Amino acid sequence: MRILSAFEMFGEYMLLLKRVFSKPEKRRVYYQQTIKEIDKLGFQSIGIVTIISVFMGAVITLQTAYNMENPFIPNYLIGLGTRDSMLLEFSSTVIGLILAGKVGSNIASEIGTMRVTEQIDALEIMGINSASFLILPKIIATVIFNPFLSVLSMMVGITGGWLVGVFTGVVSTQEYIDGVQYAFIPFYITYSLIKTVVFAFLITTISAFYGYRVQGGSLEVGRASTQAVVMSSIFILLFNLILTQLLLS
Amino acid sequence: MITIRNISKKFDGHLVIDGISATFEKGKTNLIIGQSGSGKTVLLKSIVGLHDIDEGEIYYNDIRFDTLDLKSKKLIRQKIGMLFQGAALFDSATVEENVMFPLDMFTELSRDEKLDRTNFCLKRVNIINANHLYPAEISGGMKKRVAIARAIALNPEFLFCDEPNSGLDPKTAVVIDQLIKEITEEFNITTIINTHDMNSVMGIGDKVIFIYQGKKWWEGNKENILNSNNKELNDFVFSTELTRKIKGF
Ligand SMILES: Nc1ncnc2c1ncn2[C@@H]1O[C@H](COP(=O)(O)OP(=O)(O)OP(=O)(O)O)[C@@H](O)[C@H]1O
Ligand SMILES: [Mg+2]
Repeated sequence: MRILSAFEMFGEYMLLLKRVFSKPEKRRVYYQQTIKEIDKLGFQSIGIVTIISVFMGAVITLQTAYNMENPFIPNYLIGLGTRDSMLLEFSSTVIGLILAGKVGSNIASEIGTMRVTEQIDALEIMGINSASFLILPKIIATVIFNPFLSVLSMMVGITGGWLVGVFTGVVSTQEYIDGVQYAFIPFYITYSLIKTVVFAFLITTISAFYGYRVQGGSLEVGRASTQAVVMSSIFILLFNLILTQLLLS
Repeated sequence: MITIRNISKKFDGHLVIDGISATFEKGKTNLIIGQSGSGKTVLLKSIVGLHDIDEGEIYYNDIRFDTLDLKSKKLIRQKIGMLFQGAALFDSATVEENVMFPLDMFTELSRDEKLDRTNFCLKRVNIINANHLYPAEISGGMKKRVAIARAIALNPEFLFCDEPNSGLDPKTAVVIDQLIKEITEEFNITTIINTHDMNSVMGIGDKVIFIYQGKKWWEGNKENILNSNNKELNDFVFSTELTRKIKGF
């Protein structure tokens, strides 16, 4: 395993991106690949996003409710709290981190396996730009589809909060809906979607990078997949900070 | 015809291929033999350009290959078929899709024409009724044969085989060898085969190049290999007790 300095790694990453974004050989095949990736990386993440979002929305609602002992604080703030937590942070960043684990490890191990079993060499020998052929459809798929996952997460999370709120009796339906609508700032959704798109790009390219440069065997593929998840997560957190400062300040 | 002149390849300062020159003729099965680790795979991958060579010249017919830019290399690569040591079939595609893949990428044939060609190639390697199976569902020998079918799908002018019969039983190994030889003669292909199997050498060694510690140590054919006085070659050829006795060592 080569040990490279951070700068060399970054250089390698940029060189890979340059190959990824060169002209596709055959558009129709790329298009079909993209559809497949949308199914594999997007549709198959709907389940996990839904489950996590509904529980998080519910928990946020309960936490907000149980922390508001003061009778002068109106109950509708519970709905507002759940909404803003989901919009600002949960449906972009936390979902991003979850997808880094699910999608990132999937991408790194798939491409890494193709590398060590010479499938990438097989593509190159046919005269195909393997970087572009394998990675570009994944980038397009996640950049297009993840915003839908994010919106889904917002809706399901807010619904989860409402369900548990009404079920436990901490808030009434009317109060909750009032809260969700109160002082709504549409830009929060834009902010969240921008973050989601950036995170999708980071997860896909970083994971593909770690998979693409694997050398060795299945042990190294496993290691690359772990590294991919760790590095994607770190960069999601870093860009979360940067984008928040840029967009909300 | 392929000609190499004085090619060398280093990995991290360690010389793996050391000034090898050779010509590989059309319509013949050219064998590269040598011990495990002697550099056969690296030599083969250098000739097709998967490794950049440090020194020397590579000619396909009369075209200097190693100094071409990527775009011109791609054009030559479309005339190359390659069989990798581990078959390197695309895991996520069926047998049929694997063989059809080069046709999808590089031809404008209709779906029916592509299917005809695919079935022709599969039949040529005696794979029938397996079109819709995945690589994980077929045996090792079948994988190699499907990989041969994929390699000849575009009627290659040059065929490279890295240990086509390693890991196969002796009978299947002979079948694969004979298949490659037949295809080579039938379509007048320049074929280069890596092997460490003496059965292959005696069966299909039109021309044999023996590599020892990264250097070309001996060159000849299956007729004169048994009478050579080259010590390292004899050690390699007569490696078992039985053969050594017969030879009278
Ligand atoms: N990518 C690489 N980086 C560094 N060293 C390499 C690389 N590929 C091969 N080598 C080294 O080159 C030498 C020759 O390896 P090669 O794979 O060509 O052997 P081989 O003759 O094909 O052996 P086998 O019959 O086992 O396949 C080995 O010492 C190997 O460690
Ligand atoms: Mg080898």
